[in-house]
Amino acid sequence: MIELKNVSKSFEDKQILNNVSAVMETGKTNLIIGTSGSGKTVLQKCMVGLFEVDKGDIVFDGKDLTTMTQEDRKELRQQIGMLFQGSALFDSMTVEQNVKFPLDMFTKWSHSKKVERVNEMLERVNLKDTNKRFPSEISGGMKKRVGIARAVVLRPKYLFCDEPNSGLDPQTSMVIDKLIHEITKEYEITTVINTHDMNSVMEIGENILYLYQGKKEWEGTNKEIIFSKHDKLNEFIFASEFLRDAKDMRMLEEKGIIDNDRNMEEIMKEGGANLLMSEDEKKPE
Amino acid sequence: MKLFSTIGAFIIMMKGMFTRPENFKMYWKELMHQSVEIGFGSLWIVSVISIFMGAVSAVQTAYQLTSALIPKETIAQVVRDTVILEFAPTLVCIVLAGVVGSKIAGELGNMRVSEQIDALEIMGINTRSYLVAPKILAALITIPILVVISMVLGIYGGRVAGSLGGIISSDTYDRGLVMGFLPKNVWFALAKAYTFAFIISSIPSFYGYNVKGGALEIGRASTTAVITSCILILFADYILAFFLL
Repeated sequence: MIELKNVSKSFEDKQILNNVSAVMETGKTNLIIGTSGSGKTVLQKCMVGLFEVDKGDIVFDGKDLTTMTQEDRKELRQQIGMLFQGSALFDSMTVEQNVKFPLDMFTKWSHSKKVERVNEMLERVNLKDTNKRFPSEISGGMKKRVGIARAVVLRPKYLFCDEPNSGLDPQTSMVIDKLIHEITKEYEITTVINTHDMNSVMEIGENILYLYQGKKEWEGTNKEIIFSKHDKLNEFIFASEFLRDAKDMRMLEEKGIIDNDRNMEEIMKEGGANLLMSEDEKKPE
Repeated sequence: MKLFSTIGAFIIMMKGMFTRPENFKMYWKELMHQSVEIGFGSLWIVSVISIFMGAVSAVQTAYQLTSALIPKETIAQVVRDTVILEFAPTLVCIVLAGVVGSKIAGELGNMRVSEQIDALEIMGINTRSYLVAPKILAALITIPILVVISMVLGIYGGRVAGSLGGIISSDTYDRGLVMGFLPKNVWFALAKAYTFAFIISSIPSFYGYNVKGGALEIGRASTTAVITSCILILFADYILAFFLL
């Protein structure tokens, strides 16, 4: 579990994070969402110690990162895996060498044991027969999967993903989301994902933190987001007409108004999305 | 003010290199890799430059020594001393500042921009000691060797050019090489080589490691690194000549 307590961060005179408090739960996919420039990446970089916070605490299972010695911080970082937006694979190394790198650096395992673990991880992310290929020879989605394999090869306790779906097609994005979600459950990891991908929010958002201009504006689950009346959040998540309709559909579904046995024509006759309105809202002004 | 903050940041980076390696074997591997990259990677250009440098200085010295009173051996002496004292350490290191310096700044800059350095940091690796220190150490090992090779090839280039052009026979050239030879000059050249090796590797590492932005900034960092290295080499050259000769 990671606890954020009143975290603030500014660059020169620009306040990026303002008193953000939240809890990232173990074994869950914790999402940080918000528009570009809302402070998601800065918050995540503060959490992994790449940026120092100006104020507040970041507590990893009882250990406060902000007051740790360099040695303790180094030790903690070995329990952290991170998937970067651009994958951040080492260009000069093959896929196998990339995944094996943390093992080479931090374990005294035999070569065969390391290769065995690398193959196991590559198989886990559905990447077989790519061991000898270089990052420049594989697709964006494959790079992300190699990044995931490298991030979890040491079986970390915490996994951070910075916009894991950026630059990927919707289908590949779903595959990556599913993979991160499965790995989180399988290895009981505390996963923190930065995203503004609507699909990710709805599919894997077990604990969602919405940031707006550096402040925490909303917190909840993907189920709660459907029924949220928070204007800024709704504007951000359901930005298009299509998504607003999809939200209404999901709400009708959640309330049991529609199901597979009834066709849309019937529901529309009954009042369509108006069925979601409360009695007060239905009254004419 | 900016100069002082740059110097301060440079000192902090250097200080940050001295920590216990996470895995000595990996650091050793990186040192060997960098030694091959810097040493072997620059060998051919150093060889070509050195041979022609010696050849040209032999021809030009002969052109300027018109008096019959000056013995032919003087050509070999002049070639030997200019190659050892100046051409091999300074000229070769200026070229290496371009070849090796831009490579180091570009490599680290690209790693910074593509978040590879951040990835290493998050793994708990001290990137200054893993990425920068092996480059500086490799330069300190290989560049003095390249300078010595350059001395030998430069002197040999002068010999070949002298005999091929009918300027000076090989026997006369060889006799001239041993006349008035001061071993101190070689030590002086090596002192320069070590100093320049540090400049060639540390300055580009600093600019590459601290790149902020994208591809454009990587290019700018490489250019700044090469220009700064060249200026510092010339400055150090003067200081060393003033105090050591």
